[in-house]
Amino acid sequence: MHTKLRGTVRAPRRVRQAVLCGLLLVLPFPLLFVSLFLGRVRLAPGDVVPALLGRGEPLIRSLVLQVRLPRATAAALVGANLAVAGAAFQGIFHNPLVESRILGVSAGAGLGAALALVLRAGPAGIQILAFGGGLAAAGLAAFLGAAFGGGLLVLVLSGILVNSFFSALLGLVKYFADPYVQLPGITFWLMGGLPAVLWRDVVPLAIMSAVGLGLLFLLSWRLNLLSLSEAEAKALGLPVRRLRFLVIGLGTLLTAAAVSVSGVVGWVGLIVPHAARALVGPDHLFLIPASAGLGAGVLLLLDNVARTAFATEIPLDILTGLLGVPVFFFLFMRQIQRGGGWR
Amino acid sequence: MSLAARGLTYAYVPGRPVLARVSLAVEPGEILFLLGPNGSGKTTLLECLGGLRLPQEGTVLLDGTPVPQLSPKDRAKKIAYVPQFSEAVFAFTVEDLVLFGRAPHLGPLSRPGREDREKARKALALVGLEGLATRPIHTLSGGERRLALIARALAQEAPYLLLDEPDAHLDPANQHRVLSLVRALAREGLGILATTHNPNAALVYGGRVLLLRAGQVLGQGDPAAVLAPEALAQAYGIPFRIVGDGAGPKAVLPRLDENLT
Repeated sequence: MHTKLRGTVRAPRRVRQAVLCGLLLVLPFPLLFVSLFLGRVRLAPGDVVPALLGRGEPLIRSLVLQVRLPRATAAALVGANLAVAGAAFQGIFHNPLVESRILGVSAGAGLGAALALVLRAGPAGIQILAFGGGLAAAGLAAFLGAAFGGGLLVLVLSGILVNSFFSALLGLVKYFADPYVQLPGITFWLMGGLPAVLWRDVVPLAIMSAVGLGLLFLLSWRLNLLSLSEAEAKALGLPVRRLRFLVIGLGTLLTAAAVSVSGVVGWVGLIVPHAARALVGPDHLFLIPASAGLGAGVLLLLDNVARTAFATEIPLDILTGLLGVPVFFFLFMRQIQRGGGWR
Repeated sequence: MSLAARGLTYAYVPGRPVLARVSLAVEPGEILFLLGPNGSGKTTLLECLGGLRLPQEGTVLLDGTPVPQLSPKDRAKKIAYVPQFSEAVFAFTVEDLVLFGRAPHLGPLSRPGREDREKARKALALVGLEGLATRPIHTLSGGERRLALIARALAQEAPYLLLDEPDAHLDPANQHRVLSLVRALAREGLGILATTHNPNAALVYGGRVLLLRAGQVLGQGDPAAVLAPEALAQAYGIPFRIVGDGAGPKAVLPRLDENLT
């Protein structure tokens, strides 16, 4: 990627954007390293570094390699996925308030997870059914949208309908769930969080993240074009609808893969792309990697707060809401004060 | 060599055509101004010609080939469409916007390279905006934005240019800037179709006119012949008078009804 960047860098503005983008991409790595030290058992560098090299005391080694490293990796991937899917969706829907949940992915994943909990399908079952439910919901919204012309507004409307319908189904499952064990389980899952994440959960997430993030990065210039009006993009020879559904498919894959591991985590997919755009500009060549880095960094940070701030864990969705809303308000007010052209 | 329409009929609602059997042709090096009242089908006609809408009847021929047979990419290499406004929601720079014109020349996963940037820069220079290349689009004036959109179409390197009301919402100086650029481009050999509400555009800048009313062609050809007071009155529903000298008409103006003043 580095040589590719060098070819397009000319103006100082683009140099600055490329440097910032690089910094944001590197950001998650020190955070990931730091999170290996944090937790109920504080570790020193003398414990962590040997453990990473496969040496040292077995208990600490398994704590670092089997508990903290998979969890931190999952946090980084979930953050990157939600942020990049949000960035891509904001572009193709021409709307700053859109995130990847607009087509009902989270509602579908929530229903899948709730069903898995009621059916006692185990952790793997939760992940699989949540993933499937997320894909099914967004797939249904996209299908309805396409069946009624495939325009943007129809898609958004289909997403709203699917969201409501799956929320109602989720309510039904909750109503019939055992109120002492299953109902709290569903409620906690819907609040999001990464306790008890194992490599077994991280590997499929990592594979799907690599596919989705990689392809969206390769499509970055086309994403720029898709943020124009449909008529303009079509006049420039773009197969607009086909490309739009491809991007929706990739964004949904990323979101469903993330949500099936972390539960519902809001706001990251909405705010991080805005912050990234303010830093590196609207060109998706920079925006996609910058969103990935910033999203991964933010979620690592929040997950570290979630698991260390209090004696018990705070659900992630609550943290992202408490911190995300004021940040979003600040970003938006600043944009309005600057006048026009949100970025 | 021409961009031609043969018997185009288009209806948004079945049974209520907004275009009825419209035929026309533009050749390289000439401008055809599409005139007609609001709702007469000008923009629809332009969109049919650009391949953005598929007419229910009739065909659009590009150098003899039906346009629907071309891939979107091949069509965009030949026909460039300039909308009144760009709806870019993000703060792209002028240079970015013009580079978008290179899309039909690039593969699905590739980005514009050095050569494309050179072409974008040339297009910007041609419309006189080279100094604004790194400015975000939304900081430009209306006239500058219109020129930037024309530059994007030029970067597309298409031999035919479709302009949707290039002179709308602009002050006289900017109207003149845009239309004299259009005239210069036609002289360079581009075939240009432009919708306009200014019947004098063709008289001032040269070119043929096509007068449309309720989807029907009232006349097309030399402006001196087509822009007769009767035809204009029929099209717009108000009386007109022609101002001219011995050499021919110079302008058409609305005629005031003395009884009402």
